[in-house]
Amino acid sequence: MSEFISKCYAKMHSGDVIVAYKGEINANIIADTLGLVEARLSHEMLENLVRKKLYNVMVECLQNLFHHIDKVSLSENEPKIGAFILSKTNDGYRIATGNLVRNDKKSNLLKEKIDKINSLSKEELKEFYKFVLNNQTFSEKGGGGLGLIDIARKTGNRLNYEFTPYNDEYSFFNLSVLISE
Amino acid sequence: MELLNIEGTPKTPTVILNPSTGVIEIKGRSIPENSIEFYRPVVEWLDEYIKNPQPNTVVNVQLEYFNTSSSKCVLDVFKKLEVLKKNKKDVIINWYYEEDDEDMLEAGEDYESIIKVPFKMIQIVD
Repeated sequence: MSEFISKCYAKMHSGDVIVAYKGEINANIIADTLGLVEARLSHEMLENLVRKKLYNVMVECLQNLFHHIDKVSLSENEPKIGAFILSKTNDGYRIATGNLVRNDKKSNLLKEKIDKINSLSKEELKEFYKFVLNNQTFSEKGGGGLGLIDIARKTGNRLNYEFTPYNDEYSFFNLSVLISE
Repeated sequence: MELLNIEGTPKTPTVILNPSTGVIEIKGRSIPENSIEFYRPVVEWLDEYIKNPQPNTVVNVQLEYFNTSSSKCVLDVFKKLEVLKKNKKDVIINWYYEEDDEDMLEAGEDYESIIKVPFKMIQIVD
């Protein structure tokens, strides 16, 4: 399993890496990473608004990751394992996240949701966002179902994703978004 | 009713709810993983306030960052304010955004189109 995750993680790399992490994902790791990203970005030559957008999208990507990792065993003590990479490429900044998901109805819904988001225009995304904001209650995981829509709206770019099958039960879900410069 | 003053942290905003002036302030960052817990006392305070409000309520929202988990809670806060409006009290939401920050302006406009309370979009110029 860990060899499989390492292979998937290696495939996530692109451009010049600013922050990369693979391992346990918990609330403290997310908070520390956001602090680190903020510090690193303050050294990058970039416009204040791009910095703000980048930070916002990073928050959403990491919190999405935190809320949606499926654990391999149901044991309470087992950590949630995931990965993320922030890198600079020729077109801007790329954020990639990766985690294991069960090959069940939920991952089909995730595919459908991303495909739907990618098919919408800017105006349609705004309406979809407002609809979910106003009509959907919080999931038990604490997410509002708005994260992916918000990422698509803020970046104005497609959500790229890939499911790499591990076995009949699990796949590695990789999401990657570009914040154009 | 007592004044509610919640100090800001790197993940949560400063919140000041003043029952004697009718001024409500939410300022800073709102990016907790699960914001329901953070906003619960704010919503509860408003539940009390709307029973015996000031004739004028002014809400100042000046957020640097906010995540989608918070966006639902902010909507819940605004929905409480709709009750004031329904009861013929004056209420205005001042939505502050940094110069050229289209994302923050749009977020304010999203709320404005959902909530039946007057909004004022205010650009912060350094």
